[in-house]
Amino acid sequence: MNDATLPATLAEIRDDFLALGQKDRLQLLLEFSNELPALPERLQGHEDELERVEECQSPVFITVTVGEDGDAPDVVRMHATAPREAPTTRGFASILAQGLSGLTAAQVLAVPADYPLTIGLSEAVSPLRIRGMVGMLGRVQRQVQAAVS
Amino acid sequence: MTAPVDPSEKFTAYAHPERLVSTEWLQEQLDARTPDLVVVESDEDVLLYETGHIPGAVKIDWHTDLNDPVQRDYIDGEAFAELLGSKGIGRETTVVVYGDKNNWWAAYALWVFSLFGHEDVRLLDGGRAKWIAEDRALTTDETAVTPAEYPVVERIDTEIRAYKDDVLAHLGKPLIDVRSPGEYDGSRTTAPDYPEEGALRGGHVPTAVNIPWATAAAPDGTFKPRAELDAIYREGAGIGDADEVIAYCRIGERSSHTWFVLQHLLGYDSVRNYDGSWTEWGSAVRVPIVQGAEPGTVPNR
Repeated sequence: MNDATLPATLAEIRDDFLALGQKDRLQLLLEFSNELPALPERLQGHEDELERVEECQSPVFITVTVGEDGDAPDVVRMHATAPREAPTTRGFASILAQGLSGLTAAQVLAVPADYPLTIGLSEAVSPLRIRGMVGMLGRVQRQVQAAVS
Repeated sequence: MTAPVDPSEKFTAYAHPERLVSTEWLQEQLDARTPDLVVVESDEDVLLYETGHIPGAVKIDWHTDLNDPVQRDYIDGEAFAELLGSKGIGRETTVVVYGDKNNWWAAYALWVFSLFGHEDVRLLDGGRAKWIAEDRALTTDETAVTPAEYPVVERIDTEIRAYKDDVLAHLGKPLIDVRSPGEYDGSRTTAPDYPEEGALRGGHVPTAVNIPWATAAAPDGTFKPRAELDAIYREGAGIGDADEVIAYCRIGERSSHTWFVLQHLLGYDSVRNYDGSWTEWGSAVRVPIVQGAEPGTVPNR
């Protein structure tokens, strides 16, 4: 991967995972899962208006804002919600929400599509499951693209 | 068998009551510290166990533990011996498996244990959801395991496992497709809400009847009583007193649940799970496929 295009937040998350053994990587994913922020109040109860991530096994909904809620005009924020019974999916969403929120739209669009495959989780959670995170990143990027074009 | 059999009234009607335990029974065994009993959690979500599990339970994951990492197959006898030994399970150990989603993945794990002929393996009726609904203890404490010696035994792939050629040779005998109606009729190739797992064609194996797997479960995740299961499979699916039955789904996990029902609760002699399932059949060259809501007929070629 070309680190020149990978934002520092995502590079740091990747390095944190890669520094750990397989078992501890799961624990770190669980920490991310527990840290997934609640939806902003205006979105609560409107989950059905968010985009469903079909690639994930559990119901997870995402939405992206660009330049809203007091952000500078091109700053991206990602929101997601997934049930407590789906900690892996919550963990994926949390990594992306933390890694992407605050970046500019151009930075988000430049994130390599295979980023989820590089953070050392393929073995810990299985390649099939990590595909859910690839799908999630793709949907975020499409939403950002739609918002800025 | 090491641990006593759960004498629950409901189970006595099943063909093999010793294959199920109730949450009350498991609680009693845990409280009594019954020796040589290991509780295994097996979930769809690889992290669910870490959020809280039955005290003393170990985790076995269908992807990362039971599947061969390279070939589309299950782990071999050596890997199985290493896995079970590392979980404190010996050949004589009583294993109780439980999991999320009506024991979907727990039944899959039980089926894989059965490929290796592990004798005393049981399901917790109602699974993780019932245990939690009854406010029973969960912990995030790491389970202290005393490793055991598990012998290297060869997997037996002929008795409860079917391959594509077995299904072709079986056409005309009872065949159950346990997927959703939309997958069965060919309008979609994956379960609703599930990711694409690659089948090139939609539809079902000719003559297969469609009984979605969760039909066997009551709203609380327990298995339906014997009489209801008889009505669903013996009569509804038209299996009657047939000798041989094959069940399939998309990758063989949902059909493990139905396999458990047919084999252990209804007592059919020869039940096989076709784990290649639709992801193999729906992509294989020149195998017959039927689309639409009707089972269709055996092709004459």
